[in-house]
Parts: sequence; C-alpha cells; structure tokens
Amino acid sequence: MNGSLGAGLEVVTVAAPAEHPAARAWRLPRNRSVWIGAAVLLVIVAIAVLAPALGTSNPAEIEPTARNRRPGAQRVIRHDDGSKTVTTYRMGTDSLGRDVYSRVIYGSRVSLVVGVSVALVSVVIGLVIGLVSGYIRWLDAIVMRVMDGLMSIPAILLAIALVSLSRGAGLRTVIFAILIPEVPRVVRLVRSVVLSVREEPYVEAARALGAPTAAVLTRHVLPNTIAPLVVQGTFVCASAILLEAILSFLGVGIPPETPTWGNIMAEGRALFRIFPHNILFPSIFLAATVLAVNMLGDGLRDLLDPRVRKQI
Amino acid sequence: MLPYIGRRLLATVPVMAVVAVFVFLLLRLTAGDPAAIIAGDNATARDVAEIREKLGLNQPVVTQFVIWIGRILRGDFGESFFFKKTVAELIVSRLEPTLALSVCTMILAVLMAVPLGVVAAWKRGSWIDRSVMGLSVLGFSLPAFVIGYALMYLFAIELGWLPVQGYQRLADGFGGFIQRLILPSFTLAIIYVALIARITRAGVLEVLGADHVRTARAKGLGELPVLRRHVLRNAAVPIVTVIGFGVALLIGGVVVTESVFSIPGLGRLTVDAVLARDYPTVQAVVLLFSVVYVLINLIVDLTYTFLDPRIRY
Repeated sequence: MNGSLGAGLEVVTVAAPAEHPAARAWRLPRNRSVWIGAAVLLVIVAIAVLAPALGTSNPAEIEPTARNRRPGAQRVIRHDDGSKTVTTYRMGTDSLGRDVYSRVIYGSRVSLVVGVSVALVSVVIGLVIGLVSGYIRWLDAIVMRVMDGLMSIPAILLAIALVSLSRGAGLRTVIFAILIPEVPRVVRLVRSVVLSVREEPYVEAARALGAPTAAVLTRHVLPNTIAPLVVQGTFVCASAILLEAILSFLGVGIPPETPTWGNIMAEGRALFRIFPHNILFPSIFLAATVLAVNMLGDGLRDLLDPRVRKQI
Repeated sequence: MLPYIGRRLLATVPVMAVVAVFVFLLLRLTAGDPAAIIAGDNATARDVAEIREKLGLNQPVVTQFVIWIGRILRGDFGESFFFKKTVAELIVSRLEPTLALSVCTMILAVLMAVPLGVVAAWKRGSWIDRSVMGLSVLGFSLPAFVIGYALMYLFAIELGWLPVQGYQRLADGFGGFIQRLILPSFTLAIIYVALIARITRAGVLEVLGADHVRTARAKGLGELPVLRRHVLRNAAVPIVTVIGFGVALLIGGVVVTESVFSIPGLGRLTVDAVLARDYPTVQAVVLLFSVVYVLINLIVDLTYTFLDPRIRY
C-alpha cells in the first residue's frame, strides 16, 4: 500500500506486469551464453550417440604390442599376401595399448548418462520433498534438519563414502552416490519457492475456497518452481559430471576398464611426465562439456529470472 | 550477543547429530559383516565371533550408536583395519599437510578474488568485467585435477621452476615447504576464486547503487576511499558468507589435489582408506571434515555482528 488519497481511497502499488512470453522468446537469440552452451553440448551428445561410427575401435581392447604410443602413431600389420593394415592412434595409446581416441569418444557416454540421470532424479526427488516440507509445517523442521546434516558433509567426501558401501562400484552405485549430496540443494531451492508462494493472495484464495492441499500444491505452487528447477537441474548436471570424473580419477568410481574420462586420466597418471596425452585429451572433453552445461545454466538463469538479470 | 552465540551453538547440535547418525550408519550399511572384514580371509568362525563381541556388534543398533558416540566424544576413533594404528594417531600424523594446504589456498584465494570482484563490479560491463565473469564460469567447470596437471606440466616439467610433486614438513625448512605448496594451493584456489569473485562482484554492485555511495562521491571523495570505506565494508557480509560455504568445496578439492600432487594429508588418507575399505578411518575423516565445516560456518555467522553493527540478535 502506497498511501491514501482522501477518505477510503487507497492507491495500491501494483507489481510490474510479468514479461510477455513473446518478449522472452525474442531475447533468447541475443543470449550468447545459451547458444554457445547448447551448441557445444549438442556436439558432445552427437559424439556420444555416434561413437561406433566415428572411426573408433573397441575401447576396452588391449594391444600389448602397441603400448604408450604418442598421438598420431601408426601400427602397420603386414599380412602373408603382402597387403598391409594400418591403424592410426589419433590420440595415442595408454600403458595397456588401448586406443585413447576410442576411449575418450566412448567416455562421453558415461559422463552424459551420469549427468542427465543425476539431474533428472535429483530434481524429481527434491521437488517432492521440497513441496511437501515447504507446505506442511511440522514436517519441515525434521526434513530440513536432515538436509542440513547431509549438506554439512562435503559433496565429494559423501559421494566417496557412499561408493565405498558397495563392493565393486558400478554405474548405478556411482549415480546413487552423486545423487545423495545433490538432493538437499534441490530441496532447499524448492522449499524456498514454496515458502514465498504460499503467502501469495492467490494461494490463500485457493485455500479459502476449499481446494485440497494436493490441488493447491500441483496447480498453484508447482508451476512457480519450474523455472528455477530448470536452472538448478543444469547446474546439478554439470556438478554430477565433474563428481563422476573425480570419483573415477581417484579410483573409487566406475571400474577402470570402463572408458570414462576420469578413468583414462587415472590410467595416465603414472606416465604423465612422458606421455601427457592420456591426461590432456580427456581433460579437454571434460572441461568443454562441463563448461557448456554451466554456460547453458547461466544463460537460462538470466533468461528465466529477470531479477537476477538486472543485478548481474 | 551471548544469548545469540548460545542459540547459534544449540542450532548446530541437530545438524551434528544427523551427521553422526549418517556416519555411524555408513559402517552398518556396508555390504558384508564388518567383523569378517576386520578378521581377514584366513580367520576362523571363532575369530570373527570374538571380534564381533569385542566391537559390540551383538548389541542392538541403538546401544551400539550410544557406545560409539561416547567413544568419539572422548577422542577414541577406534583402530584402523588397514594401517594398524589408532585412527586418532593416523589423523594427527596427516594433519599438517592438509592444514598447510588449506590455509595457503584460502589466503591466496581471498587475495585474488576480492580485488577481482571489486574491479569487475566497478568497471561493470567492461572487458575486465566480462573476462572476470568468464574466468569464473571456467573455474567452476575445470576439475581440480585438470588444473593441477596443467600447472604441473607448465611450471614443474616444462619450465622446471617448481618441484613436481611431494610435500616437505615445515620443520624441515620453510623454503622447500612453501615451494611444494605453491602449485597445489594455486590449483585448489582457482575454484574458490571463481566463487568468491562472483559473490564479491554481486555484493559490490548492489552497494555501488546505494544512496550513501552517491553521497560519498558527491562530497568529492576519491574512488578508492569510496570503494574501500563505503562499498567493501558494506559488501563484506555476503563475501564472508561465501568464504564459509566455500569451505565444502575446499575440502572436496583437498581430496583431489592431494592425490594429484602426492601430498600425504587427510585427503589422500580418505581415498586410501576407501580403497582399502578401512571403515573406521573413513568414518573418522568424514566426521572430522564435517565438524570443521560446521564450525567454520558457525564462526562466519558470529562474525556478522562485527562486520555489520545493524545485525543484532
């Protein structure tokens, strides 16, 4: 309320009208961050899907006669009839003679699967817990203490500790281990949205009209969480890809024969001084992917949250 | 003030309780019988039964938890399966490198990030601003081991300016100690710089638009005193907050950085313990790091009252 104009007449400040969707769509082409991020990501996805068609060989195949080759090295096999087969190791080989190029290309699959599944599952779980705990007061105190507790264990440590629970971690264990530290962050976000929305007049009106809690939550509260969740989901995806690489690199993640960027780097550690390519190539792919996802997230946040855009 | 400190201390109790329950369950949820793991492959059924008795694994879970918590509070973290030492001894022997690395990183990060953030906000929209923001996104996207190997390759292997790996105790000479800390601290500082610079920039931007800054400029105060006295002081609360929250990143980074640079600290210990399935050590280290994180954020909360006299509890 802004003041009164005479008896009983009050001027109410109205919030600036929400931006028209068309205006938002018009701004999209100008947001370079989103475009660059999406383009790089698209390339990585294409690489992951088309891996067998990109001149790769079996990424797990060990070739004892071609160990520790430098990038571009060739292996020539002469057959009895005089013909030759030439294999080119575009990114060299590792200390077991595996083709680093094939491993790096196939490694993108694991990273993307982990990133996307952790993002999706953590958003769904976080959404449910956040909605319920933000709306039901007595549950809130308990849930938030548990979340606070989980959040006070540093994410990498929590993931490492969770992986150690099962013998021989597989993809599913690693996804689970990364998921647990990410969920509380989503819960907090959803809950903060719910807490601010539940005091809005339209939610109050819906409640006053006798709408059941479930209906209020899905019809009035849920839509408000979508934009921040899309942004948060992108950041969770980036952080999950990084965490998976870190777990593999430390040797506690997905088994070493599976090609993942972290595993290739872990393998290359011992001979890093002489053959840096084992670390270099997966690093480039990892950094490019995470950077692309983060840029996409940054751009989306600027697009979807006008308040932040004004500040930054 | 005192009642506030008391209340704030009380608020950490439930958080620490959740952490303790979780860390305790970590050992209980393991695949397989902990007693059988400790006893090893050549143990007889009687050995296993004896160990189970000794560890109190026959008692109900709640009793076990109470016994365990009681021991932890007395500083008894049990015995490491793998290193054949008490976990407390193990932790003390690995404390120095981790502490040195963390402190060094923190100082380096704050010294780099705060000026970067202030300049970015001050020259908002300029190329300086855009490159600081770009670098901060990059800093979030590069894992510590990628940065670590890149720096190691450049400065230690190609240029030969610094030692490649390893750690030297402070007692064995300051020169070698600091030389071996430069690369790891720098590696670890980058992600922290990204975080702090971003928040500093946002905080300073907000204050720059405030009335009192316009007044200070209007009365003819130079830009530098304005930034220092009127802007930075008011932007201090979010900056200090993020330094506190960033400790979680720092701890995670310590684990990775110590592995890259072969530093025998707590981070390396954690990884070794997990690989050896040495659960008492894993439990103790996770618990310790979490306590440190909670305590640092407690201290951060308490400094608010000094940084901003308006905050009264």
